[in-house]
Amino acid sequence: MTVTASPPVEPASRVGEPDLPDILPPVKERRGITGFAYRYPAIAIGGAMLILLILMAIFAPLLGTTDPTTLAPSKRTRAPSAEYWFGSDMMGRDIYSRVIYGARVSLIVGFAVAILASLAGLVVGLVSGFVRWADSIIMRIMDGMMSIPPILLAVALMALTRGSVPNVIAAIAVAEFPRVARLVRSVVLTLREQPYVEAAVASGTRTPMIIARHILPNTIAPLTVQATYICASAMITESILSFIGAGTPPIIPSWGNIMADGRALWQVKPFIVFFPAIFLSITVLAVNLLGDGLRDAVDPRMAKRL
Amino acid sequence: MKASVSPVLEVKDLTKDFPIKKGLLGRTAGHVHAVDGISFSIGESETLGLVGESGCGKSTAGKLILKLIEPTAGEIRLSGQRIDGLGYETMRARRRTMQVVFQDPYSSLNPRMRARDIVAEPLRNFEALLESEIDTRVAELFENVGLRRDQLSRFPHEFSGGQRQRLVIARALAVRPKLIVCDEPVSALDVSVQAQVINLLIDLQREFGVAYLFIAHDLAVVEHISHRVAVMYLGRIVELAGKESLFAGPQHPYTEALLSAVPVPDPTIKPSRIILQGDVPSPIKPPSGCHFHTRCPYAFERCRVERPVMRETKPDHFAACHLRDGAAA
Repeated sequence: MTVTASPPVEPASRVGEPDLPDILPPVKERRGITGFAYRYPAIAIGGAMLILLILMAIFAPLLGTTDPTTLAPSKRTRAPSAEYWFGSDMMGRDIYSRVIYGARVSLIVGFAVAILASLAGLVVGLVSGFVRWADSIIMRIMDGMMSIPPILLAVALMALTRGSVPNVIAAIAVAEFPRVARLVRSVVLTLREQPYVEAAVASGTRTPMIIARHILPNTIAPLTVQATYICASAMITESILSFIGAGTPPIIPSWGNIMADGRALWQVKPFIVFFPAIFLSITVLAVNLLGDGLRDAVDPRMAKRL
Repeated sequence: MKASVSPVLEVKDLTKDFPIKKGLLGRTAGHVHAVDGISFSIGESETLGLVGESGCGKSTAGKLILKLIEPTAGEIRLSGQRIDGLGYETMRARRRTMQVVFQDPYSSLNPRMRARDIVAEPLRNFEALLESEIDTRVAELFENVGLRRDQLSRFPHEFSGGQRQRLVIARALAVRPKLIVCDEPVSALDVSVQAQVINLLIDLQREFGVAYLFIAHDLAVVEHISHRVAVMYLGRIVELAGKESLFAGPQHPYTEALLSAVPVPDPTIKPSRIILQGDVPSPIKPPSGCHFHTRCPYAFERCRVERPVMRETKPDHFAACHLRDGAAA
């Protein structure tokens, strides 16, 4: 690099108005959707993926699918081709159509379990946090339920009923809600010690009003984050239940069922298992990304609490 | 203690022991004697300063009086009527006469509520008012505490610390209580803002005749606002007297040491500090006899054995010290 003798430009501009160079480029404020995506990339990516998957599930009949239950015994276990995009299974059913329709089961189970478990956990957690004498009893029961792996508990519950989507949802929700109850209880106990809650008690606010006005709005954020994790976990549990034949009836295409069908042929026809597995992974990834993004957006310290 | 009709607040032998739970079954392994039999009263439009160092139980005393925690023993009378032992709902109805200002103006306001709704909360609890009436009352309260009307619909984070404390005071004042328990109301604020808030409290007392239980550790602040001062040490009140009398002639060695620690804004005066030895003993196992004997420069045998009682050592000046036994007689 050569040193060029550039004329000093500085004095002239310094005498009059200080013409300071911009050392730091001005911070560009991004607005709208791009601004949001820039600030919360995880929410944007996870949310976009999830919206695509939901649209795919809703508009499944319009996406070039055939009836996912139609059998074609003469066209069994075909490799992916123009006719069968993802191939066909050992009964000649179109795997592409089955995977697309299967998204419905996974998403419905995921969301329904997230909502049910959150509501049940919210109620139990609020009671536990507010009614001191009930707290130790309720929490010991919750501890007992949490000591059983969720899948095992769900399998046991499914053994009591026959396989159907509502029953799967109920079984997984029961297995998942103690975690929510524990979270809500801990948030309630923290909030109760907050001076503004004590001030509300001291200024004569009734307990239901304190819950509605001061406690609930502050539990929504951590609860939403927890709900996304439960949603992801429920989707996996549902697939496992279907895979081992304890979940959705085989007639309903769900990702777990498709994988169960392809299990025996895994080494010769891997595509039967591959496509539903990929979709399950993408969906769970999308939900988890969304959850992580929400957690960071809501409260960076939450990472330690969950 | 002046014998008026019936004092706004009267506390007798108020005691709070917190059990220390240990082990799986929650066996009680001991007690923290946070408040150990304190008695005092506050008259109408009077300010009683309650001072003491951290952990002496002054904030616990405040919460006991507010019935945010249940006392272990003792009596609390609000305008002559006992409020200790009242159920939640009966107590709720009595809360109208007693409100609170907490130390930290950041955590004592719900971050999700607008200023107007925060101040309106006690009003809604006790008075059936139309929305328009609430608006008028809240606007009046804003004026009383020196906030502007255009700040009504702001959220707490849009206010400064001093403004937030004004908001807290407006909320406390909303239902025209007879007593406001101020738990270190200015110690979280800048010194310049402290003075404003203290003067606001004094002005409001003149205007509305409210009494204050003013809990603080800052003696200069307490001297400025209080009519009478109670000094607490390790859960007990050791001295209780009118402000002038207490600051001019402390009767208890602990008060003496506290007052000697106050900086004097005059460089020509050589400070003659009394430096106390050791730390405050644990309230789990407080010392026998006089709690202060472990650190008292004048302690003698009797202090280790016998708990001193409050005696009137000078007119309207009470101290719990064996040194003063017979001094006034």
